[in-house]
Amino acid sequence: MIVLLGVLVVILGFATRRNPLLVVGAAGIITGLLGKLSPQEVLASFGNSFASARSVTVFVITLPVIGLLERYGLQEQARNLIGKLGKLTTGRFLTLYLLIRQLTASVGLTSIGGPAQSVRPLIAPMAEAAAEAKAGRPLPQKLREKVRSHASGADTIGVFFGEDCFIAIGSILLITGFVNSTYDQHLEPLHLALWAIPSAICAFLIHGARLLNLDRQLERELAVTAAENDLAAHAGIRTEDAK
Amino acid sequence: MIKSEYFFWLVGAVFIVMAAQMAMDRTNPKRFGSAGFWGLLGAAFFYSTGVVDKSLPAEPLGVAVLVLIVLGGFGLTGKGESHTPPREKRVASAARFGNKLFLPALTIPVVAMICATLVKNWKIGGEPVLEPGYETILGLGVGAIAALAVGMVLLRERKVSVPLHSGRNMLESMGWALLLPQLLSVLGSIFQTAGVGDQVGRITEAVLPDGQRLVAVAVYCCGMALFTIVMGNAFAAFPVMTAAIGWPVLIEQMNGNAPAVLAIGMLCGFCGTLVTPMAANFNLVPAALLELKDQYGPIKAQLPTAAALLVCNVVIMALFAF
Repeated sequence: MIVLLGVLVVILGFATRRNPLLVVGAAGIITGLLGKLSPQEVLASFGNSFASARSVTVFVITLPVIGLLERYGLQEQARNLIGKLGKLTTGRFLTLYLLIRQLTASVGLTSIGGPAQSVRPLIAPMAEAAAEAKAGRPLPQKLREKVRSHASGADTIGVFFGEDCFIAIGSILLITGFVNSTYDQHLEPLHLALWAIPSAICAFLIHGARLLNLDRQLERELAVTAAENDLAAHAGIRTEDAK
Repeated sequence: MIKSEYFFWLVGAVFIVMAAQMAMDRTNPKRFGSAGFWGLLGAAFFYSTGVVDKSLPAEPLGVAVLVLIVLGGFGLTGKGESHTPPREKRVASAARFGNKLFLPALTIPVVAMICATLVKNWKIGGEPVLEPGYETILGLGVGAIAALAVGMVLLRERKVSVPLHSGRNMLESMGWALLLPQLLSVLGSIFQTAGVGDQVGRITEAVLPDGQRLVAVAVYCCGMALFTIVMGNAFAAFPVMTAAIGWPVLIEQMNGNAPAVLAIGMLCGFCGTLVTPMAANFNLVPAALLELKDQYGPIKAQLPTAAALLVCNVVIMALFAF
């Protein structure tokens, strides 16, 4: 039972937001010693598992080519593509962005989107602009927040449930690295990536449907706020009459 | 035969070359810390070959890993000035090359797929061309080199130092975080060696009715999601839950299809990531970037989808993984 303290170290470490490297190092040493390994055996198991988990880090080999392409405007070109979608309704625009984000992530292009690279400068303003064009006036604060939150959600869900269909992504390599070294297996990243496809499709259908429904929600809530404004305006007139 | 070790050496060499670039980069206030970190990592990639084939002792590598943890964990690495050209130049270049820019990037997965499916069966003199069991990883390496060649021809870039410098900039901005998945995998193995998985497994078995496949699947999937919500990181939850129930119960006892169980299990963890403030970089940082009053806005937008997807994952695993 006492070895479970190692899990507790991880939970506490991550929960108190310590540097993850230090959390992992401390948890590894503590668990090893609690599991009755000698200090030398702890070092050896760090070394052995590091050696067999190397495949997790090999995606570094793709950095030079991605870096080269970014120098020559890869992100800007991705923006041009998305910019052509600007004439849609909020929900349709975000659904299409979700699809693009999933498809590009599934071929390894995870860094062409993200909250800083695309959502703030591009996706959120365009989603808002689409809603405002339809309403014919600026959005109330509450709806503005909702649209922005969904812009961020579409990006995150898109990348999460797209990237695992790519073989060189950290999570897939973590699975193969861990299982192959711990249980002496020969799992192939490709097989794991294929099994991520059904969930990716579900993610698109579920979240896409919710984003399309967002249009109806916006319409309803805009109608409500418009009615409230009317009411307030009428009430204003009546109080003037009473004067 | 092309061995996986050759590819690991190539990656190690890339780290060492980039470490040398970092050591000479005076714009990086912590250039020697950075160079030490990445250089040591590169050297560890070479040394590991000996550890894997048992010709070298593993303890020195363990020491090196702890040094890497200290260098990264105490903030002794930094980054230099970026080599990225100004925005106007990139916009002009995007206009000039258009969608051709996506071509080299697409080369990587296409080549990797070809290696994993076609080249896998090629033989020269009765020996397979690619080391069996490593076809996809080797495909990734071949794909990345091919993509670099395609990119340089397409963009008429003559200097190899240009992609190396850009890659190094990306390495510097990711920093030690890049090493985290590998170290979490290391931690998972240590948990396994020390018997953590056995313990959690024993507890699970005491709670779990025997042979109830659907219950076991639900426990693994929801456990991944819950552990991830607590830790904010599916990568940290994965080794624990897999050693506890995924591997011993679902795969060994119930003969589950390993790739299906594990891939879907990881995605259940992602459902957890979508709803936890612990995963600050995905949920709180966007709220701050978008200047939202409600910092849980993105989580609220993601919550119903995450819950529905968790159910989907349980169903997919229960139906197709056995």
